[in-house]
Amino acid sequence: MPSALVIAEHDNHALKGSTAHAITAAREMGGEIHVLIAGSGCRAVAEEAAKLEGVGKVLLAEAPALEHPAAEDLAALAVALAESHDHIVAPASTFGKNFMPRVAALLDVAQISDISAVIAPDIFERPIYAGNAIARVQSKDPVKVITVRGTAFPSARPGASRAPIETIDPGQETGLSRFLGAELAQLARPELTAARIIVSGGRGMQSGDNFKLLESLADKLGAAVGASRAAVDAGFVPNDYQVGQTGKIVAPELYIAVGISGAIQHLAGMKDSKVIVAINKDEEAPIFQVADYGLVGDLFQIVPALDAELAKKLANR
Amino acid sequence: MKVLVAVKRVIDYNVKIRVKADKTGVETANVKMSMNPFDEIAVEEAIRLKEGGAATEIVAVSIGPQACQETIRTALAMGADRGIHVLTDQPVEPLAVAKLLKAVVAAENPQLVILGKQAIDDDCNQTGQMLSALLGWPQGAFASKLKLGADEATVTREVDGGLETIAVKLPAVVTADLRLNEPRYASLPNIMKAKKKPIDQKTPEALGVDIAPRLVTLQVTEPVKRQGGKKLGSVEELVEKLMTEAQVI
Repeated sequence: MPSALVIAEHDNHALKGSTAHAITAAREMGGEIHVLIAGSGCRAVAEEAAKLEGVGKVLLAEAPALEHPAAEDLAALAVALAESHDHIVAPASTFGKNFMPRVAALLDVAQISDISAVIAPDIFERPIYAGNAIARVQSKDPVKVITVRGTAFPSARPGASRAPIETIDPGQETGLSRFLGAELAQLARPELTAARIIVSGGRGMQSGDNFKLLESLADKLGAAVGASRAAVDAGFVPNDYQVGQTGKIVAPELYIAVGISGAIQHLAGMKDSKVIVAINKDEEAPIFQVADYGLVGDLFQIVPALDAELAKKLANR
Repeated sequence: MKVLVAVKRVIDYNVKIRVKADKTGVETANVKMSMNPFDEIAVEEAIRLKEGGAATEIVAVSIGPQACQETIRTALAMGADRGIHVLTDQPVEPLAVAKLLKAVVAAENPQLVILGKQAIDDDCNQTGQMLSALLGWPQGAFASKLKLGADEATVTREVDGGLETIAVKLPAVVTADLRLNEPRYASLPNIMKAKKKPIDQKTPEALGVDIAPRLVTLQVTEPVKRQGGKKLGSVEELVEKLMTEAQVI
């Protein structure tokens, strides 16, 4: 029976949402799903993965060096498991993008990056030119190494059964690379790629201080706060706020773009959102062409008014 | 220390691309081409390493048709010392590019290879990591800061949710992310000087690399267009629509 190996993204405590999206994509490829959890002290993550619908087996590789796995070590581990699988799948997050091309190169096969659809077990669609074209490609390789665009596939949900967990050899450390540290932003709000609603600001916000207007709005909606590249380059907000081709690709249920003109690079990162609202003083701004609802006017009047209206309406529920 | 930088010729990032009517690809005839923006950042970083005394020579490599010489000239005008052009008119996938670069590395023996993290045409984000794996070298992908030591490099990497810092043994492969630096513009005197810098030409055959593609592109289409454009009159109307029509809040 064909099978897919999904390499899970996690923080040793919980699975990242990206993994559940990748599992859904792997299920569409038609085989049994094996999930690799490589980490340190991460049995709880294996238990979580074992409960997801469609998972046939969880492979648990634990070693101190895998707490922050180096691309070199993770790739070696995946390659060692590759032989018995038809598809090697990981999320197209910075996690998967980092080590998966190594896996493909070591197996001497192509990688199919950032797939947005599975057409057949060997045929996939992927966005190119920042999402301005969609390529449908067929792989001639015996093993398909694939990264998955999370926003294009729904999350795998916990199912009724529990897959077996098998402990495997974590392999040798290559010693080529050492982890020195991480500075992860402490967010009081949901993470951009996981948020159901996103409120984003652009150059029109004029200053970082004015993002407080958006934060207030976000807190009423349980939303994440994002930004366009223009706002990041202007120094209004840190770069992990950035939504777009060179930032994060998001597809929330509701995306509210405030003072964002809608450059191609920004649209590439958010145009798959279910509902888009645009607030901009320039009625010719390209953002309105993709927005389901547009409000033309001064954001410094509209946003406080919207904030007040939301406070009133949401309080009544 | 010798530094190798790889540069790709792509459709200029300001061009609005058009999908061909026969769905075979994207229109490239009579379209402005430039160096991949992430590769410009890679070249700039190499030049800064040389200006700071850490690098002694910068070799810019490009793979593709004859016109790639222009892309190499751009790198030379920015400050690279010499170029290598691997001439082929066939499309090359990242795996083939990585194999060709590996062959160039074998001949040149650099201590560091810097590439853009991703080309803005195929958006693959593979070549640097593949090259690193084929060489058996460590990688520092998506670098936003690079510091060279005697036998190690410290790389700060852009990851989802923040930054990660790693130390990699040299020789190593580093891929440049957007915020590594801001590339310079070549000055006119430097553009003139670049015309005299040497570009060595090679072929995949001479390098002993099979570049046959592994993927078949069945079709290239335009993405589904959104039906946008509706404008509302007031925030009250917007909140009403979001609650009842769209049902997202």
